[in-house]
Amino acid sequence: MARMTVNRRDVLKGGATLAATTVFASPLRAAPPPAEAITPALIEAAKKEGAVTFYTAMDLAFAERLGRVFEQKFAGINVRVERSGAERVFQRIGQEYQSNIHAVDVVNTADQSHVIYWKRQGWLAAYLPDDVVKYYDKKYYDPDGLAIVTRVLVSPFGINTNLVKMDDAPKSFADLLNPKWKGRMVKGHPAYSGTIMNATFQIARDLGWDYFEKLAKQNVLQVQSATDPPKRIALGERAVMIDGAGYLVIRGKEAGQPVDVIYPSEGTPVATSPSVLMKAAPHPNAGKLFQNWMHAREGQQLLIDYARQYSPHSQAVEKPGVRKLSDIKLMREDPEAVEKAADEVKRRYTQYFKV
Amino acid sequence: MTVALPATRAQRRFGFDLTKPVLYLFAAVLCVLIVLPLSWLFIYSLTDQKGAFTLVNFYRLFSESSFYDPLVTTFIISISSALICCTVAAPMAWLVARTDLPFAGLVRALVTASFVTPPFLGAIAWELLAAPNSGLLNQIFRALTGAERDEHLFNIYTVEGIIFVIACYTFPYVFVLVANALDRTPGELEDASSILGGGRWYTARRVTIPLVLPALLAGGLVAFLQAMTLFGSPAILALPAGFHTMTTKIWSLFQFPPKPELAAAASLPLLVLTVLLLRAEHMILGRRGYSVVGGKYGAPRLIPLRAWRWPAFGVCTAMLMLPVFLPYAALFNAAFSPIATTFVTFKTATWQNVHFVVFELSAMSLALKNTIILGTSAATVGTAIALVIAYVTTRQAVAGWRVLGFLATAPIAIPGIVLGVGLFLSYTREPFVLYGTLWILLIAFVTIALPSAYQQLQAAFRTIHPELEDASRILGATRLRCLWQITAPLLRTGIVATWCFIFVGVMRELSAAIILFTSQTKVVSVLIYDLNESGDLGAISVIGLGMLFITLAVVIAVNRIPGFGTVRFTT
Repeated sequence: MARMTVNRRDVLKGGATLAATTVFASPLRAAPPPAEAITPALIEAAKKEGAVTFYTAMDLAFAERLGRVFEQKFAGINVRVERSGAERVFQRIGQEYQSNIHAVDVVNTADQSHVIYWKRQGWLAAYLPDDVVKYYDKKYYDPDGLAIVTRVLVSPFGINTNLVKMDDAPKSFADLLNPKWKGRMVKGHPAYSGTIMNATFQIARDLGWDYFEKLAKQNVLQVQSATDPPKRIALGERAVMIDGAGYLVIRGKEAGQPVDVIYPSEGTPVATSPSVLMKAAPHPNAGKLFQNWMHAREGQQLLIDYARQYSPHSQAVEKPGVRKLSDIKLMREDPEAVEKAADEVKRRYTQYFKV
Repeated sequence: MTVALPATRAQRRFGFDLTKPVLYLFAAVLCVLIVLPLSWLFIYSLTDQKGAFTLVNFYRLFSESSFYDPLVTTFIISISSALICCTVAAPMAWLVARTDLPFAGLVRALVTASFVTPPFLGAIAWELLAAPNSGLLNQIFRALTGAERDEHLFNIYTVEGIIFVIACYTFPYVFVLVANALDRTPGELEDASSILGGGRWYTARRVTIPLVLPALLAGGLVAFLQAMTLFGSPAILALPAGFHTMTTKIWSLFQFPPKPELAAAASLPLLVLTVLLLRAEHMILGRRGYSVVGGKYGAPRLIPLRAWRWPAFGVCTAMLMLPVFLPYAALFNAAFSPIATTFVTFKTATWQNVHFVVFELSAMSLALKNTIILGTSAATVGTAIALVIAYVTTRQAVAGWRVLGFLATAPIAIPGIVLGVGLFLSYTREPFVLYGTLWILLIAFVTIALPSAYQQLQAAFRTIHPELEDASRILGATRLRCLWQITAPLLRTGIVATWCFIFVGVMRELSAAIILFTSQTKVVSVLIYDLNESGDLGAISVIGLGMLFITLAVVIAVNRIPGFGTVRFTT
């Protein structure tokens, strides 16, 4: 139970890494797979397969961009992106696998607890790209090569700066209960989004479920995806985003939209977002190639430059405009607890928010 | 006559009447289509998660407010929107069909446009228009009145908002049924009334209205059931507002971990209610006969509106602003605007969304292909099945025709989402493993379309007097031959309309598809719903406009195919 001795400072420094520790600390049963490079033989085999199916919880624009850049680099391999919320992706894969439909090659989820379940089912293929072994902290990948953290997600507040000035904006979760925000806030749904599932779990754990009971009385606009609240505040439909994809608010701000992020004083919810290669992948080589490329420098730099998200790749160069992860007070991610509590989280959430 | 009889008799001797085998085959297919998923639903509703018998699902349904509230909300929404549909659509249909309303053809075309608009697309468009803060209409309202930032004229995220949006895209059902009935009402009956001294309004009241009453009742019923079983619009508008309708509640029961037994139980009240309503309709209409297309009637006469012509046209246009002009304007704006609810100008207009949908959205081409394959095949198969059943039931051609009619009507009571689950339960196990293929979606779409298709064709059959078929039968034709050579040509308009109706229905269908799709068998409606959940309104707008274009193109093309032309039967 090494994680009990980790002090809060370390957690903050590592930024959301505890999750990885918990997930990937399972004892080794076999020798770890060798680190593999992108070889001409792999590219050749992947091109023969001609396609890769990528189920992902990434925001659609970035996922498709990733796919198109990959297609340009490896002509002849089509990337089909299936985007939905992490919880829906999880449901979809379960449903398809139960009916013996093995359509997916690579999955990116925003909820580490899914990896626990898939590992238990034995659905994951072991594959370690050499960049991951060389440049990723061990807490960011499974030693057996079954899962690799692709990106780290935070769920801060967002505001529409036309509707609320930064000085008047809510700075803490407690502020959101102020009557002046009634009917002016939007949030995502934990039964849809992995980011929101983790955020809901962390907020309920740290602030108590009665916090949500009070928040639900604030007449909140309830959307589904974590990628939707940033868009709703950009539209001006609501002034404040309670949770959602912080990176989209930053992207919107950089594109000239009247939006900004706020990191709440109690701590910002966080979720590491792992990718896996499925054992029953219909395009195993193209899947490997995509999994490798996505976690190598090029894919990761795109994650920083285009998607404005946090990369676990130590060689990827940060681009100014996004607050460093180590400078944000983060809540603690706990995938094992989320895996156990997921149903309870959904049940209580529905009890308070009615949907 | 005397020449024809011996000749056909000779032919009959060597021919074999395939009628019975063919009809029984249809009955068998129907049984599998409908009875299989329904049985699974019944079984599930009466079992617990371990498979043991229990009534606890029903107990929870009627004791827990999280089930009871959506049920009440659903009834409020369905009744209100059905009433609105009838009040708006029936007068409009009368104006178009029986008066000298200017541009009546245009009004019909616009009603068609609102019909081919998927309700979920309409709901999204109305979000763009009437969301309390960002809605375009509310922005205009604030600009005109100088109202405060938080004030709004419309709030689409309310029960009233949902009723309105559902009525917008359900009223065409009533309109089409009533207008068709009015088109078919023979002028002679009204003339007779006039000749006997009945005034224009007396004639309308005593002759015309009773003649279209069955169509109006059927229309109101269809509108009610549509509103009750719709999934997309409430999912898009009610969930953000924090309440459920029955369909969204059922849908939420299938999220991980799925509770199909509760969902099955929750769908049964809807089934029972529908059956009761259909019985009520039957009792009201009783045994009155409405055979109005024979071989010898003339075209109906148009009533001159005189000074009311243009005001009437103005009212129709204003009404059609709501389901057609405004929503498509909002979608058009969102398609080319960098932010969906900012008014686009020449300076800010962008091709970004179009570029994204055409060149980047990798799920698009497959979804489009699947949708078109499913649309055309479901329309063809569905029309064929509905035609045969409608014939059998109106002419009572085989024993057990009542059962056949019931089976064809039964799916109307099953919300698409519940049917989706029934099919999912039926076709993910041996011997029919169809999940993951387009077949399961085809079955779903045909089953869902069947009740309306059947009702439409049955209504068409009822208006054709059996004397025309009897003539053919007397001359020695088998039932099938008579159906093919006499009845089908007479029904040409109805058949083409039904085909288009099912095709459009596939475009509109979301609730079953959302349970049954896999990544390989995604359809456009599911893609749009996905995009809505992640708030990609620009992409939705581009796809929505594209969808309208494709649907209209197909509908127009089908109407142009030689032999499929829209022919009026006024021999």
